[in-house]
Amino acid sequence: MTDTATPSPPAASERYALNPMYLFRWEPTQDSHVLLYPEGIVKLNQTAGDIIERCDGQRTVAELVAELQLRYPGDDARVAEGVYKFLEVFRAKGWIRRQA
Amino acid sequence: MPKDGSVVRLDGQGKPLWLVLELTYRCPLKCPWCSNPVDYTRDAQAELSTAEWKRVLREGRELGALQLGFTGGEPLLREDLEELVAEASALGYYTNLITSGVGLSEERLLALKAAGLNQIQLSLQSSERALTDTLVGARAFDLKIKVAHLIKAHGFPMVLNVPVFRHNIGQVEEILALAEDIGVDYLEFANIQYYNWAMVNRDELLPSLEQLQTAERAVQAARERLGQRMTIYFVIPDYYEGRPKACMNGWGAIHLTIAPDGVAMPCQEARIIEGLDFPSIRDKSLAWLWNESPTFRKFRGDEWMSPTCRSCDEKEKDFGGCRCQAFLLTGDAANTDPACARSPHHHLITAAIARAHAPGRRAQPLVLRNDRNARLLGANRGCATGGCADGAAADSDAALAVVEVDHV
Repeated sequence: MTDTATPSPPAASERYALNPMYLFRWEPTQDSHVLLYPEGIVKLNQTAGDIIERCDGQRTVAELVAELQLRYPGDDARVAEGVYKFLEVFRAKGWIRRQA
Repeated sequence: MPKDGSVVRLDGQGKPLWLVLELTYRCPLKCPWCSNPVDYTRDAQAELSTAEWKRVLREGRELGALQLGFTGGEPLLREDLEELVAEASALGYYTNLITSGVGLSEERLLALKAAGLNQIQLSLQSSERALTDTLVGARAFDLKIKVAHLIKAHGFPMVLNVPVFRHNIGQVEEILALAEDIGVDYLEFANIQYYNWAMVNRDELLPSLEQLQTAERAVQAARERLGQRMTIYFVIPDYYEGRPKACMNGWGAIHLTIAPDGVAMPCQEARIIEGLDFPSIRDKSLAWLWNESPTFRKFRGDEWMSPTCRSCDEKEKDFGGCRCQAFLLTGDAANTDPACARSPHHHLITAAIARAHAPGRRAQPLVLRNDRNARLLGANRGCATGGCADGAAADSDAALAVVEVDHV
């Protein structure tokens, strides 16, 4: 599925929030974060969970990247690239939305 | 049915992630494609109590169940639905209500919201009032549209589920327009699957390949037009795929269904398979039923598979298709699903398609799902459930000959 209305990639000053259709939470029986939605389950790996947890409509993408760089120290450029890529994928899947 | 899993694909790791509770077989509608057993009246007095359902909920969560479906029959006919939803929410399930909409007043919607219900799946059979009401055997269309708007007004995520068959497959665009107007989040065109009541009526319901292709094109155009505003699923009928469906993600892999009388099944249709034992949660713990019962273990893994499946490079993808369909059409649940073009029984599928669309075929009235027909079909069970291998059409013809039919 593609987001035909807003095809541009995420930018540093933008904010993203979880699509209210999805429930995001920690699931102990899976030892991971999950997204629950009508008839569906997505089990998130740790990085994906870290990013979606921070898609709260408040933080900018730049702030989100900075937090992840602190959490995963070492290669800042790779972390930043990863966050941007994940955000684009998540938005295309409809899990998160760009805030107006 | 599970849709797309990504980023990390979720296999069950042996857990019944999807728990489906068929709270009752009672229903105000008479849909002739109903997936309930054709002899559903047989154990009508045996519905689980509130306390028994709560035990199922607790034990399911302990086994790692996450998604929970309340279905039926019509689950709203259970007066304890709100109480069960509240219990399920407290236990941490994502709760789905699968309903015809009949009985869903604003008062009950508010109570369900307060109980923590996460989403509602409403069925709609047609964009036309008269056709809907005829097909379901009740005046339901206006009520369904009203209920649909109410569901959105109260902020529930909503799936509009449209069972697709010959009578409504030409209405894809009209139904899309209706769904857009209501503001549904997910629109699911679910080509009906031919078991139970749908099997009895298969010759009348099965669409043609041309009809399917036209419908699919309309869905594709709508997807491009609507983008993320609405997610549209189009569940292909396996009769035309050549490949079998990965039914339930494999037998006893992630799906666990509990029938109104507490019988545990790997899917809602599994009870049609003769020779399997189906104990109830009244006799056993849910953990035993899921982990230990011979029925659930029977078709796990690939040891049970026929040589056709076991040597197939797609067995990890489709698990040999559907056990119920294999039984229904070939008489042996361990056979390759005849929907698979590699099945030695695939001619049963092509013959069924040819028969349903034979030039000059005389149309029969639809056999509506109602108590009287259920009793008659139940008395004639061997045929109605396809016990006579190879003869599904002959079966339904035989059934028609003895069943007093409600005319539509």
